[in-house]
Amino acid sequence: MDTLEQIVARARAAVPGAQVTILPNESPSGQHSLLVDAAHALALARWLRDDPDLRLDYCSNVTGVDWPEVERVEKVRVKKVVDGAETEVEETRKVRSGGYLEAVYHLYSMHKRHGPVVLRMRTENRADRVQLPSLTPVWRSAEFQEREIYDLFGIVFEGHPDLRRILMWDEFKDHPMRKDYVEPDDYEWEPTPHDAVLAKARKHFTPTTSSGA
Amino acid sequence: MTSPTSTAALGQRSGVVERVSKPGGEGEWLEVSMGPQHPSTHGVFRMDVVLDGERVVRLKPVFGYLHRNHEKIAEGTTYLGSMPYTDRLDYFCSMTNNWAYALAVEKLAGLHVPERAEYLRVILAELTRLQNHASLCGFLLQDMGAMGTPLMYAFREREKILDLFEAISGARMMCNFMRFGGCRCDAPPGWLDAARRVVDGFPAFLDEFEALLSENEIIMARTQGVGVLPRELAINAGVTGPMLRASGVNYDIRKVDRYGIYDRFEFKIPLGEHGDTYDRYMIRILEMRESVKILQQALRDIPPGPVMDPKAKLRGLRPKPGEAYARIEAPKGELGFYLISDGGPNPYRYRVRPPSFINLTVLEDMCRGHTVADVVVILGSVDIVLGEVDR
Repeated sequence: MDTLEQIVARARAAVPGAQVTILPNESPSGQHSLLVDAAHALALARWLRDDPDLRLDYCSNVTGVDWPEVERVEKVRVKKVVDGAETEVEETRKVRSGGYLEAVYHLYSMHKRHGPVVLRMRTENRADRVQLPSLTPVWRSAEFQEREIYDLFGIVFEGHPDLRRILMWDEFKDHPMRKDYVEPDDYEWEPTPHDAVLAKARKHFTPTTSSGA
Repeated sequence: MTSPTSTAALGQRSGVVERVSKPGGEGEWLEVSMGPQHPSTHGVFRMDVVLDGERVVRLKPVFGYLHRNHEKIAEGTTYLGSMPYTDRLDYFCSMTNNWAYALAVEKLAGLHVPERAEYLRVILAELTRLQNHASLCGFLLQDMGAMGTPLMYAFREREKILDLFEAISGARMMCNFMRFGGCRCDAPPGWLDAARRVVDGFPAFLDEFEALLSENEIIMARTQGVGVLPRELAINAGVTGPMLRASGVNYDIRKVDRYGIYDRFEFKIPLGEHGDTYDRYMIRILEMRESVKILQQALRDIPPGPVMDPKAKLRGLRPKPGEAYARIEAPKGELGFYLISDGGPNPYRYRVRPPSFINLTVLEDMCRGHTVADVVVILGSVDIVLGEVDR
């Protein structure tokens, strides 16, 4: 298989306008990933599947990752001119990162028996702009797994044939795999009749005003 | 109760039996909810089936009855703390679950496994495959109406293997045996000889099972040509394991990735031709024969030595920031673990790629056009365990 750099170079040529960058992975596994922009992801996925040298026909694992916005304090050594002499001073600066949801695809080739190529897409934020293109039209194996991401993380996959909750029940609100998810005190809690429920209940159990009849 | 409900709404409601007028024709479609208490669903699994007479028009699987968000729990636990929880995923095959998770952490932290531990892992994984496939064949025949006998024959063999698991790990099903960098303990004295006796006796069981069942007329009539899974669809839908190979795709992760020490053993990958339910049954029988071969080689060659890397750290393991995806050929298909570390004592993200969950993607494609009775058999041949599907 080509190196990741070669794949990126060929991908840029094959899908004009696609923004593909390599995200390095420092763990001993050495599985670096490709970050693609949402607008060209579908075309790029098709190319990865159909390219005769890659033929990544098998999408093994699809999952989501939540990256809430975090602020880290970093110490940086900066050269400064103090009293005419150049000295190195340690400065702290704040670095913001995260603030998006991520969908990760692990691709293999059953035909060529190589892989994995890790594909990533990121949403714009974690609140209202959480749309990503669905890759189910390219790999059917993403069908249930994208539903699971929608259910547990709240990424909305556009172009998915049947985007519904899959593990949680249909009436469930929230997305439990988010890092800031707070579970309710008691799942079993049922409201005693009040407000709307009470009004509805009254309708059914109106005491008969006139006796007899 | 003929209602003009649009057919698109079918399969969206829960727990109802509803009639809908057939689009563009006479008669009605009937929507039936099979499960979650149906005995053939192998746990709490439901299928919303739309029927035209007795034929399946549409089938939507409904999951989540056993969902406990295993992945979220693991994010709040240390790396070691999740190891016993992996037993509960596919509770038939806790040894392979342990191995897949250990392999992922080893990849993430760059740990090595001693020789003897690698052999023990292969032996335990192949024993797991034997008992899983044997029980699957028993359950499949039970679903077909062969009440009791085949399943009890299979469980008799499974019992012997579970006894071995109990002797080595202290538990029959929830083994919790593997660790990052090896295995928890060495085999007790005499265990390898006991394993050899079980393995040497296994082909006789297979011969007996096959003589009784493989060419049985009823089985052939009920399974041949039923639930055909075409090769291209199997690849595109990410189907793995015996189901994929029954459709004729030569893809076994033991051969492709050669994880552990699988490159040292001689064994073949059986392939199906038709991709029907009978092939899926037969593939499992043939795979058991190959597993016996691997076991005989491993039990012959296993060297003495330590079973844990002395440098491996279990408690307080903090891998460097990064991520790893590791996968193994579990009895049901590709079992993968995807871990992201942020340098802390807990994984930042912990993901299980469950094989039987993804194998269910094609259930509707396999069942469409067949009768309700066939749905039961086709589902039985997929080999699902709800602990893993719902997580």
